[in-house]
Amino acid sequence: MLESVIREQLAAVVGGKWFKDDPESLVSYSYDATPLYQAMPDGVIFPGSTQEVSDIVKICSKHRIPVITRGAGSNLCGGTIPLQGGLIVVMTRMNKLLEIDADNLTATFQTGLNTKQFHLAVERTGLFYPPDPSSMIICTMGGNIALGAGGLRGLKYGTTKDYVLGLEAVLPDGSILRTGGKLVKDAAGYDLTRLLVGSGGTLAILTEATVKLIPKPSYRKAMVAVYDDLQAAARTVSNIIANHIFPCTLEFMDQPTLQVVEDFAKIGLPVHAKAMLAIEQDGSVEDVERDLKKLEEICLASGAVQLNIAKTPEEGAKVMEARRSALAALSRLRPTTILEDATVPRSKIADMVLEVQRIAQKYDVQICTFGHAGDGNLHPTAMTDARDPEEIHRVEEAFAEIFEAAIAMGGTITGEHGVGIVKAPYLEWKVGEAGIRMMKSIKDAIDPHQIMNPGKLFAETRKRIVFQERTEQAGRDSASNQDQDRKLETS
Amino acid sequence: MNSTHEKLAQSLKLALDEDQLTNCMRCGFCQTACPTFIETGLEAASPRGRIALMKAVVDGLMEPDESFRSQMDLCLGCRACEPACPSDVKYGELIEQTRAAIAAEKPYSLPVRVVRKTFLQGIFPHRGRLKLIGKTLSFYQKSGLQKFARSSGAMKLFPDHLQQLEKALPDVTGDGLEELWSKAGLPYRRETIGSGSKLMVIPASGARVGRVGMFRGCIMDVMFASTNVNTVRLLRQAGFEIVIPEEQVCCGALHAHAGEMDDAKQLAGQNIWAFGEANVDYIASNAGGCGALLKEYDHLMHAEQNERLQQAAVRFAEQVKDISELLSSPGRPLMPIQAESANKTVKVTYQDSCHLRNVMRVQGEPRQLMQQLPGVDMCELQGAEVCCGSAGIYNLTQTEMSTTLLDHKMEHVEATGAEVIVTSNPGCLLQMKWGIERAGKQRIEAVHLADFLAGQVWIEDKGE
Ligand SMILES: Cc1cc2nc3c(=O)[nH]c(=O)nc-3n(C[C@H](O)[C@H](O)[C@H](O)COP(=O)(O)OP(=O)(O)OC[C@H]3O[C@@H](n4cnc5c(N)ncnc54)[C@H](O)[C@@H]3O)c2cc1C
Ligand code: SF4
Ligand code: SF4
Repeated sequence: MLESVIREQLAAVVGGKWFKDDPESLVSYSYDATPLYQAMPDGVIFPGSTQEVSDIVKICSKHRIPVITRGAGSNLCGGTIPLQGGLIVVMTRMNKLLEIDADNLTATFQTGLNTKQFHLAVERTGLFYPPDPSSMIICTMGGNIALGAGGLRGLKYGTTKDYVLGLEAVLPDGSILRTGGKLVKDAAGYDLTRLLVGSGGTLAILTEATVKLIPKPSYRKAMVAVYDDLQAAARTVSNIIANHIFPCTLEFMDQPTLQVVEDFAKIGLPVHAKAMLAIEQDGSVEDVERDLKKLEEICLASGAVQLNIAKTPEEGAKVMEARRSALAALSRLRPTTILEDATVPRSKIADMVLEVQRIAQKYDVQICTFGHAGDGNLHPTAMTDARDPEEIHRVEEAFAEIFEAAIAMGGTITGEHGVGIVKAPYLEWKVGEAGIRMMKSIKDAIDPHQIMNPGKLFAETRKRIVFQERTEQAGRDSASNQDQDRKLETS
Repeated sequence: MNSTHEKLAQSLKLALDEDQLTNCMRCGFCQTACPTFIETGLEAASPRGRIALMKAVVDGLMEPDESFRSQMDLCLGCRACEPACPSDVKYGELIEQTRAAIAAEKPYSLPVRVVRKTFLQGIFPHRGRLKLIGKTLSFYQKSGLQKFARSSGAMKLFPDHLQQLEKALPDVTGDGLEELWSKAGLPYRRETIGSGSKLMVIPASGARVGRVGMFRGCIMDVMFASTNVNTVRLLRQAGFEIVIPEEQVCCGALHAHAGEMDDAKQLAGQNIWAFGEANVDYIASNAGGCGALLKEYDHLMHAEQNERLQQAAVRFAEQVKDISELLSSPGRPLMPIQAESANKTVKVTYQDSCHLRNVMRVQGEPRQLMQQLPGVDMCELQGAEVCCGSAGIYNLTQTEMSTTLLDHKMEHVEATGAEVIVTSNPGCLLQMKWGIERAGKQRIEAVHLADFLAGQVWIEDKGE
């Protein structure tokens, strides 16, 4: 509960209606899309302008009140959980699309803008903004920028961080910063834009952004390749890249996922196959047709046992629909769905999928893997039940081992969902001790009182796991034999 | 904790399905479908928020205070959140369980109680009384009393929305489907079967493709009896023999939505029995709100001790079809009246009935039926899938939100340039009429799908 003077000051900034601290409001901003996390804030505020954001932050800074910025609360890393209480700043009232500049190919907007709405508005002008997180019907552009969100089109077009050109942000002392602009090139000093992209609300509240747009591809076509061997699917991915073809979508599903999706959607997926790739290309008709031909050849040469090429755009959409329904199908299976975000170099996809299957077996938990094969971003997804603490513990152990494995293969702990609370204990595994030191000193310099989204990004680092030790316990694990000699260093 | 809150918290703990609460993975996908979230932008006024509030009460994180109750009341029960949910969370069940617990634990204020009791127990289940109201209304409208009430300013004594609603009321006669049918001299016969059940049987025109039990509804049969007549005419034309069991009663939807589950179950049992005796292939519904509950009788009765009743409920639910489904298939295709309408086009838009779309999952058929007509220019209504704010008695209990939704709806209707808004549910139809009244757009007409189609297709009324 905030002191009444502070409540009055906050309410005065936004007008009474937009500051709330009744139990109902506090409960309804105590969670986001991350399973297993919840904590109560002390208040919720809905600013209507950058100036209001600045005034709010000044009050919080003076009284050392934690400030947790929130878009749509769709993140999967615990990014908006008010671990230490404080004020939730909901950005969704600031949702104006300020400009689409067709001459400079840029768009400028307030960060509370809904991602899908933004896409639609851009596409109406014949332009294109590629980053397409699956959550775009609900998430905000601010949330996308703050976490560096990616999506199905990441392989060819990159992720959010490749599109942000300029930002307006409110710093923890309430001052208003502007970085970048409608410039494609900008070499003036440290790249503050890049620093803020992916900062997860720990350095500043992003209020406005300018992003780059590209011309809208005129044509797209999709196909599906089916494999009875995981390695062959993985080989296909490497071969596609080696042939210098960049499909706009190159998605992967493993057998457990295929089975679950088919059970749910009944669309005739090859449930006996070991893996499936859903591939889509966009561009001019000629380019797409040429690439598709080549892709066909590569798939067959790499060991695909079946190819289905969409004859119509509707059929193509259906293929991608199948991939998108993966999460829906998985989430219906057990009460709690924990979707993770391990990413490896593309050449390691098969190894990683096998690792996940091995680890799942070892901890006796159900984990299916699907994801953006093209950029190595996999989503091992555990189906579990939050009400069974013992099982949840095993799931957590399994994920720790999965992250470990990803890093051992030169990968990372998150490809697009961000660090937040969930990955904080593993961050040091990825960036090392020097990395953490540099990140912390940046944080301390910008936010000396630690009011911006405290408890995120930095946490006590988990001890790294020694694979061998664990495999001895899991006697039932057959795959483990091959891994006996595989040992990772404890840090 | 306040003791009434504590009691309610206890009964919510018992009532709420914990599996459903846990199944919600908080992805938020339901939010953009939710009218109250769209209007307020508040997490608490979204499905994800409401589920979180329910869970917080069950977890003891929060007490079910006034604001909790009013948040649950603010939900339209339109169930647009359900098709949007990847986890298949049964939100409808959760809100019904919550409302039932609230209704049982915390008595409503006296005037609300009186209104609820009058309508839910005193009127809807009693066909005779509904008819009497119909007759009175008819007298009111025809005797000049209505004119008098309007011109004398007597209506000004009522709240604004009631005044507007009064204007939106259709002309009624007090006659139901059966009376109108027999008075019009159309073919039918009466049968008494099984344990004394009485049926009115109306033959198909031409070769018979199936036998359909007609669910005539309660309000529907008083306020929109002519729509029921048109429904039967269309179904006959499509090749169905129509059976109207005399003993059928109100579907119980309004009771279920108000948390009066025992009443709802009792009515359901009566309908299941009445239609079970009638030995039909399908049960036709022309009101989305009723159809949705009929379609969920299996769920409503799933905890019944009587196994035969349970099985009968499952069979009943399987047989229920919206008329648009029956007319599209398995019915025979309807023939448009070509000559007159070929060069004259009427611009039409369609407002989904929430329960038809979200619970019965029917959205394509009504549109296709209209699109196939040569004289009809169908234009899609932006936000057709968003609730119009009618939602049972929501427009009476939550007038502010209801009118906000309605006014936005009318803006979208205006943008289509349509002359006719077609709907598939009496509540929505009244609301649309009210919206037209509010917006002062009398050039627009609101009609039920059955009435619209009956005016556009060729129907052979006479003969076997
Ligand atoms: C079913 C599902 C599918 C998903 N699919 C994808 C996917 O394909 N790709 C992907 O990348 N992610 C995906 N996500 C995760 C999530 O949707 C994204 O991370 C999204 O970017 C979050 O946006 P949001 O508006 O909901 O932000 P929130 O969840 O509200 O916030 C996310 C983080 O950003 C910070 N933040 C938000 N707004 C601002 C601001 N204006 N200024 C400063 N900080 C801010 C918050 O403090 C928090 O740390 C998915 C999530 C779900 C539930
Ligand atoms: S039923 Fe309708 S109003 Fe209620 S939560 Fe669902 S979408 Fe919102
Ligand atoms: S869409 Fe379903 S799972 Fe997601 S928040 Fe809404 S109710 Fe919960």
